[in-house]
Amino acid sequence: MIEIMNLNKSFEDLAALKNVNIKIQKGSVYGLVGSNGAGKTTLLKTMVGVYQGDQGTCSIDGQEVFENVAIKAKVIFIPDTLYFFANYSVRDMAKYYSNIYPAWNEARFEKLKEAFDIDVNKNIHRLSKGMQRQVAFWLALSSMPDYLILDEPLDGLDPVMRQKVKNLLIQDVAERQMTVLISSHNLRELEDLCDTIGILHKGTLILEKELDDLKSDVHKIQVAFKEEVSGEFLVNAQAQVLYEEVRGSVRLFIMRGSKEDLTRLFAKQQPLVLDILPLTLEEVFIYEMGGIGYAIENIII
Amino acid sequence: MFDLDLRSRVPIYEQLVETFKEAIINEVLKTDEQLPSVRILAQQLTINPNTIQKAYRELERQGYIYSLPGKGSFVAGINKHKNDEKLAKLKEELIKVLSEAMYLGMTHEEIMAIISQVDSSVRRGIMK
Repeated sequence: MIEIMNLNKSFEDLAALKNVNIKIQKGSVYGLVGSNGAGKTTLLKTMVGVYQGDQGTCSIDGQEVFENVAIKAKVIFIPDTLYFFANYSVRDMAKYYSNIYPAWNEARFEKLKEAFDIDVNKNIHRLSKGMQRQVAFWLALSSMPDYLILDEPLDGLDPVMRQKVKNLLIQDVAERQMTVLISSHNLRELEDLCDTIGILHKGTLILEKELDDLKSDVHKIQVAFKEEVSGEFLVNAQAQVLYEEVRGSVRLFIMRGSKEDLTRLFAKQQPLVLDILPLTLEEVFIYEMGGIGYAIENIII
Repeated sequence: MFDLDLRSRVPIYEQLVETFKEAIINEVLKTDEQLPSVRILAQQLTINPNTIQKAYRELERQGYIYSLPGKGSFVAGINKHKNDEKLAKLKEELIKVLSEAMYLGMTHEEIMAIISQVDSSVRRGIMK
């Protein structure tokens, strides 16, 4: 289990993380999303012990991570900018990893050659960006980590490779209870992979929830009434309206509540059109962010 | 076995529950048949094993499947009580749809024709 408590981290006058609390259960796939500059990378780097937090604790399996070799041997971090030693081939890099990570699995490394199909004797720096990413995954998965921390992991991979890498990750989660943390902006990609989502904004974790709850808890409602219906019935029902918009005769609401409850609420007003849809993760993100003043403003230039 | 619509708005776990329910009701999955293990299904569909676990738990709660520790999950015999609940709900929906259809001018005969058409295709074991 990864446990972060009251973590604070500043760089000179910039407070990158403010009182962040996160708990990631073993075997879970956690998706971390956030606005640009929210502190995602800082959080990940603190989590794996690259940075030391100013205050608070950051522990894996109950032990502080920073400068803890025993814990770090079980954790692999794939950063957004990859690093390989100059002039190293895939084979050299694998040898290096096998010295660092005690759980290194040579048989698996050989097996994964089929999946990635890259010449092991090639200089890594001469491979394309996407292929370097594949090498990073190849090495990471061969190291049999208990915890895999990924920063924008699927960037630069083609669709076939994305699916392949996701599938490999899922297998490790299912079979070895590997814990995965993914930070990404590609929300659609997170939807099928993650079970829990955390949203970070300006160094604070503003939301943390199971993905299915997140999606079934908020709905988008498109409704048209025969006659003008005042908003009173919503007030009376103490409905939680996150967002409201009128587009001609159709009104759009984003509301909290289960589909059944909302259907009942609106059906009473006898609408002509009533559409109640679960939100996509992208919409959840946009409306939650809108709620705290990080809204989309269409700037006309 | 089947595919999910990953681009749909419906949560994956709900899609899973619905797909399995349909397969059980239509007897694509027969009573006491073993469901694929969480691991295998996760790998086949490339979705989170925890989501599948959750869907299985929900199906068990609703009485569609039962699980034997260490052996896996199996299709339960269709539970009469649960069906009653579902039937009441379906009846309500039918009334709503039928009244709308009649309002828009669908005749009694047309509705009856649809019913016999559905009836024969269900008998052949093909829904929709």
